[in-house]
Amino acid sequence: MTATKEHVTIKGNKDGLVFLFNDHCEFPDLLSELQYKLEKSHQQILSGPTIDVHIKLGERELDVQQEEEIKKLVGHHGNLLIQSIESTPKEQIEKNIHQDLKIMNGIVRSGQSIHEDAPILFMGDVNPGGMISSNGDIYVMGALRGLAHAGKNGNKDAIIAASYMRPTQLRIANIVSRSPDESANEGAYMEFAYLDEDHMQVGKISELHKVRPVALQF
Amino acid sequence: MGEAIVVTSGKGGVGKTTSSANIGTALAILGKKVCLVDTDIGLRNLDVVMGLENRIIYDLVDVIEENCRLAQALVKDKRFEELYFLPAAQTKDKDAVQPEDIKKIIESLKPDFDYIIIDCPAGIEGGFRNAVAGADRAIVVSTPEISSVRDADRVIGLLEGANIKNPKLIINRVRPNMMKSGDMMDIDEVCAILAIDLLGVVPDDQQVIKSGNIGEPTVMNPTSNAAVAYRNIARRILGDSVPLMNLDGKKGVFNKLKKIMGIG
Repeated sequence: MTATKEHVTIKGNKDGLVFLFNDHCEFPDLLSELQYKLEKSHQQILSGPTIDVHIKLGERELDVQQEEEIKKLVGHHGNLLIQSIESTPKEQIEKNIHQDLKIMNGIVRSGQSIHEDAPILFMGDVNPGGMISSNGDIYVMGALRGLAHAGKNGNKDAIIAASYMRPTQLRIANIVSRSPDESANEGAYMEFAYLDEDHMQVGKISELHKVRPVALQF
Repeated sequence: MGEAIVVTSGKGGVGKTTSSANIGTALAILGKKVCLVDTDIGLRNLDVVMGLENRIIYDLVDVIEENCRLAQALVKDKRFEELYFLPAAQTKDKDAVQPEDIKKIIESLKPDFDYIIIDCPAGIEGGFRNAVAGADRAIVVSTPEISSVRDADRVIGLLEGANIKNPKLIINRVRPNMMKSGDMMDIDEVCAILAIDLLGVVPDDQQVIKSGNIGEPTVMNPTSNAAVAYRNIARRILGDSVPLMNLDGKKGVFNKLKKIMGIG
């Protein structure tokens, strides 16, 4: 093995060993390097207690035969136990970006609540007594009159945006804010709420890019 | 095959029973065969408002416990051609009835009537579930007060859960002068929050209290504003398009003329 880029990288973590396979090289090259590493350069890992192995293939997809070859090679060394062989196909990577924003519609009425781990784009109203919550951002295309809780798992970078903002209460991470008591408060259009040093701030949507240069926060 | 309509609100005292009595009566005046069903077991009122209290022999629970036939329990209102009334029990409580029981009764009423109006008790517990069980459609009554609107919103959510789509809204006890001065939620505000079709707006009218006390539904007295509103609601249930009435109470020749021309 000369100074070419490595095809197989072996890393250790708390679960055992992670084999990272380069997804741009030819499969036989990969296989031979794996064999070389297991038998020559990384012999020290082959003695001792059983080790779990997770194989990450990158964007490469294996057919049954190729998978079998890898299993055979690794399994050949008694103390290595393959736990998983994962690949993340290209399309899926692109799809994830869209899937991560959960788009929903309807009306969240009094007594109803919705929660998603992903950021929510909600098309409809959230009425007083209703609750919408997410670990990420919340965007309401409609009137937000109820309670919205963004960054529920503690993400203080999350924001809450609404076409019409007149919430009973806003929560971002563990910070709670309620609307002013003046009943004359009419609510406002196209606003978003965010945390600035643990204080809830509200701004016009047009100012969002200043607080958040990247549109979506996960 | 008739249609069963439940009249509900969540909050108490907003006019469910009054609305049930008046809508039922108005539909009967329009020549429909109507049966009113009171499901507020233990706290029945519809019989009092209708003035039929002293004619009750059997009730809903008697029918369920098979102490009598359904036809025996129906009280006929002699003032109208085809208006019947199935009273609730007063000596039992709501646990005496299961949703399936009510459903069975409503189903067996449907072939004989055009409309079955079910008066729902306040609350969202057993009594509500009973009342909703047999219904095809729902009318939600709310007053223009925040507490009432909040409860109506909750009930609309529960109705959707019970698979009753597109409930209709009646805004009751409206005071036009207070709305104008901004002291009362206005109709648009209520509709914006509840986001369901508006079936009618009923003005606050002393006549309603008066006629309730003498056991005569308000619609029988066509001079009152509330009566006109309820008659309009009944016509809208039948599918007529009737414009919302002018609540300003302006009499005047000019307004009358506008009304006649249909632009008032």
